[in-house]
Formats: sequence, structure tokens, C-alpha cells
Amino acid sequence: MKHEHKYKSGPEKYVMVIDIDKCTGCGACVIACAVENNLPVRTDETRKLLSVDWLVIYKITNGKPFPKTRIAYIPRGCMHCDNPMCVHVCPASATDKDDKGVVSQIYPRCFGCRYCMAACPYHARVFNWWDPTFPKGTERGLNPDVSTRMRGVVEKCSFCNHRYQRAKEKAMLEGRTTLRDGEYITACAEACPTGAITFGNVKDPNSKVSKLVKSPFAFRLLEKFGTEPSVYYISRQEWVRREADRYFEEKAKKISKE
Amino acid sequence: MDAALIPPGVKRCDFKIFLGWILFLLAIIGWGAYAVFLVWYKALNQTNMNNYFGFGIWITLDLAVIALGGGAFFTAFLRYILGIDKLKNIISLATIVGWVCYASALFVLGLDVGQPLRGWHIFWYANVHSMLTEVAFCITTYFIVLCIEVLPIVLENVQLAKNRFIHLFSHNMHEYMYVFAAVGVFLSFFHQGSLGGMYGVLHTRPFAYRTGFFIWPWTFFIFILSAIASGPALTLLVTWILQKVTGRRLVAKDVILLLAKITGSILCFYLIVKFIDTWYWATHILPEKGMTLKECYQGWFGPYGLWLLFAELGVFGIIPAIILITPRFRENEWLLAVGCLFDCIGIVINRFVFTVQTLAIPTYPFDKWVVYSPSWQEWASTIMILAIGALVVSLAYRYLPLFPQEPELNP
Repeated sequence: MKHEHKYKSGPEKYVMVIDIDKCTGCGACVIACAVENNLPVRTDETRKLLSVDWLVIYKITNGKPFPKTRIAYIPRGCMHCDNPMCVHVCPASATDKDDKGVVSQIYPRCFGCRYCMAACPYHARVFNWWDPTFPKGTERGLNPDVSTRMRGVVEKCSFCNHRYQRAKEKAMLEGRTTLRDGEYITACAEACPTGAITFGNVKDPNSKVSKLVKSPFAFRLLEKFGTEPSVYYISRQEWVRREADRYFEEKAKKISKE
Repeated sequence: MDAALIPPGVKRCDFKIFLGWILFLLAIIGWGAYAVFLVWYKALNQTNMNNYFGFGIWITLDLAVIALGGGAFFTAFLRYILGIDKLKNIISLATIVGWVCYASALFVLGLDVGQPLRGWHIFWYANVHSMLTEVAFCITTYFIVLCIEVLPIVLENVQLAKNRFIHLFSHNMHEYMYVFAAVGVFLSFFHQGSLGGMYGVLHTRPFAYRTGFFIWPWTFFIFILSAIASGPALTLLVTWILQKVTGRRLVAKDVILLLAKITGSILCFYLIVKFIDTWYWATHILPEKGMTLKECYQGWFGPYGLWLLFAELGVFGIIPAIILITPRFRENEWLLAVGCLFDCIGIVINRFVFTVQTLAIPTYPFDKWVVYSPSWQEWASTIMILAIGALVVSLAYRYLPLFPQEPELNP
């Protein structure tokens, strides 16, 4: 019995590669994401499990005492899985995976059952526990390309899908049907000051991501669940790979055999 | 004061005492209604659910009452399909209890979803691959069947039955009830199973994930079994409570013992299957998902500790099974009540761990356990649901001829 259906992408398949060794945990990507995608802000955001965050940074340590202590940061958005459990379970077809690999969310269709949140092992999906609020004055800076969401629905990272549409329109005006590498990138990738986040079409052999995903140090989170995430991580530090990926041991054995 | 409404040949307590009880229940319902108002007006921030715990006490209640409401379809199956005539003496109560359970489940769903006014989306934009879609369709249609099954019981009220048309209509409905019983069994089989399937398919949540047969994980079949092993136990427990509170014999002992024996046998079978399932899950499924049994529990006595497993399968599994399957034990009415109560608690724990503990277990190696504790609004609305159940059963007991044997048992 297999509860799996792997989606096949079209000529484009967008993936994200995050170099953990370059990430300083500055949070610029989180802010850029929030501003770009009109994420609401309440006066009190201390209870983080109630916040609407599409991108979250986890801090991990090697657990060793000073001076051998090491710290790493793992930015985590939606994994845009090729076998997305959230898409399979949504009873109202409010979430789907498109040809370019983006798992979308249809906010006006979602009725807030939260089954997708239970199904997602990455905690990539967040719920609007409140009506959206924006600090006075900031509502004038809302992104007109992205709809705000109402209370009672689930939302998640969209790989800045509106940027794809904008890039595609620009390309069409220039008489092109395909996008150049770097023409469509997410807000987090654009904002990262250390260049830790790379975004692009993995099916384009000349794209940066197509080379990065082949790195022997590349891995994906929770690979053994068979979700086939579209977000890759790279770290040259073994302890990071071990801490970040439960199945590192098996993967390490596989790499050594190859 | 309400003597004209009370079924002939039976005695009921003084109206003032009954009114006092109803007012007490209404006070609880009023408290719960205020909580419900807050949830609908201010949204789900009134609960203690969060982005890790998308499911909380309401979903536990939902799954629990649907399992415990299984007494209606299973007793109907025994009575109308298998032809166990004796059970006609308890079928009306089983149907009323089942109706209350399913009505509660639907109401709780309306409370639990973020956008209740969009509830119809599940039917209009149905995703046929989702187990929840199957649950929604089957529960809704089965609730309609339950309403049809409850209707002739309500129409038997002494004043309503005076109307010739109503009387004949109700009588004819009884004649064709086996058709609705069969439809009810069919629908219940699928939604009880789909509720188990909802969790069993989650290969991203190793605690709930199960392999299985064709498209269905084993939880599909185990949930059906657990519903028929616990639903009749609730019917028996409600009968026992009614008998103790009113001081009257309502159902003959041989009928109660027969249903207890059937329930005990199914509970034993369910436990055997459940033990095999738990063993296979711990030794095969979890390792395949890179997890161990230890990682699924918060130590022995933590909020999600191993004590839950022992409570579910041991104290509230094996003990009621022994009581209900042993003639000497089940003949003792107090032990029988304990057996039925423990049986029901065991199933509630089972539904709790599937809905809440599944979400509490860290999925990332670097993540931590998160504990969920319901808010007062969640407790109040849950208690309100139970109070509404008590209200409906109280009204039905007083004004409807639920127990055909009552006049002869209380000469």
C-alpha cells in the first residue's frame, strides 16, 4: 500500500538551496518574506506558535561545552514537496501543486480544518488564529500583488509565486518564453546578505541550483518520509548534517559505498 | 403538570425535580454557549491550539463521540439485519444516544473549523483522495439516516400518537426500519473506517501511520472494530445510569447481559488485533520511518508518556474485556457498569493519542516536545456538548416510550 503520488513537473522545476554554513541567522530573509507577502503583525507576538511566519529559523548546536560549542541556523519555509501530503489530505482541494513545482494555497477556498497542518511534518503551514492586523501606517506598504488572508484559514510560503508571474510577463514582453537564471527569485533569496539562499530552475542545466543540488554535502530535511522536498540544504560540517537530518547515518553509508 | 405527555403505564419523578435538573443542565449549557459565542465572534485564538497543535480537545471529542455513537448502527445491525429480536428493548435508547453523539460531532466540527460558513466547500470542492472528504460525506448522510431512525421514536409520544396520520406514519416507518438500518451500517462502516484512515495515511507522522490493505491503512479497520466494541458499552452505561438515577428497571437483565456479552467478545477481538497492530508498528513501521518507540513517548510519566499506552490497552482495555467476557463478572451490575465505563474511557484515550499525541511528537531531530492543554473555552464548550446530551436523553426518557419492558418490569 502506498499513500504516495509523486508530482511530475513541467519544463521548469524551481528549487531552493540553502547553504547552512553561510547563514548567520540574521533574520533578513524572515523580514523580507513578511514584507513581501503581507504577513500580519500583532502587538504581542511572544507566543511564536501562534505567529503567522512563512519562514522560520531554527537554531541548532553541537551540544558540546565551550570552547567546542558550535552553532548553526536552519531557515525553513515550505518544502514544496513533490509528494506533498498536504495536497493529498486537503478535503476541499484548497491546495495544489503546479507544473513548476510550487505547492499553492487557495485562501478563499480553505475552510480551516487544519488537516494539512497535521499532515505536514515540516510545520510549514500556519493558521490565522486572528483577523490580520498591520501596525498603523504599514498597511500603506502592503504588496498589491499578494492578497491578505482572512482569519480561520491556513497559509504558507508560496515561493513568491507572484514574482514568477511578474518575471514571466516581463519575459513575454521581451519575446521570450523561458526565464533566465536569477530572473525569478524569492524575496528571502534576494534579501540574504551572505548569499546563503539560492533559488532557481533545477531543470536548467546552467542554473546555479542545478549544480548545488549535486553537492555531496547537500541533503533535504526528513527525507525518509518520502515527501521529496524541493528545498535542499548544504553543510560541509558533519555535525550539522547529523543534527539536521535524522537519516544522516544511512545517507553517509550510501555516500561511502558510492 | 406534564402528566399528559408522559407515556402511559410508567411513572416519572415529580415535575419540579425534573425541572430543577433541566435548569441545572441549562446553566451548564449557558456557560458553554458563552464560550461558543466567544469562539465564533473572536475566532479560534480563544483556544489553546496553535500551529503545532492544529487538532485539540474538540477533535478528540469528535472522534470519541462518533466511536461511542457506534452503538446505534451496531445495535440496529444486530436487531434488524441479524434479527436478534431481544434487542428491540434497548434499540430506541441506542438510537437516541447515537443521534446525540452524531449531532454533537457535527456541531463540534462547526466550532472547530476556522471558517464555519465555508463548511459546504468540503462537498462542493471535494477532494476524492482525502479521507476527510469521505468522513464528511458519510457522517452527514448517516446523520440524516439517524434522524429518520429517531423520527418514529419521537412520534410515539402519547400526544403526537393521538393523531391518526402520525400514528400510522410512525408505525409504517418501524416496518421499513431494516432498510435504514442497512444503509446506516453501510455508511457507518465507511466513516468509522475513514476516521481511522485519516490518521493511518499520514506517512509523515510515524506515530499514526500504518500500512494496510489496498488503499486502506489498518487503522481503517481497527477504528471500525473499536467503535462497535465501545458504542454498545455506552448504551449499556446510559441504561445503567438511568436505572440508578430513576430507581426503576428499564431493560430486562437478559437483554443487558446479551449486549454486554456481544460487546465483550468484540472488545476481546479488537484488543487482539490492536496488540498485533501495536507490535507491528513498534517493530516494523517505526524503524522504517527512522524512529523508535521511545521517541514516540515522553518518558514513562510525561504528559504524553508511555502510561497512556498502558492505560489505553491495559487498565481501560484488558480489564473491561475480562469483565464483559466473564459471565460471573458481567452479571454483577456494578462490575458491568465499571466494565462499560472503562471500555468507553479506553476508546477516548485511543482517539486522544491519535489526534493530539500524533502532533506532539517532534518530527525534526532538533525540535522539542510541545504540550497542549485546552483553554476554558474549549472545556466549557466540550462540557456543554455533554450537558446537551444529558438534556436530550432526559427529555427522551421522560416523554417517549423508550423502554417497552418498563411497565412489566415495574408493576
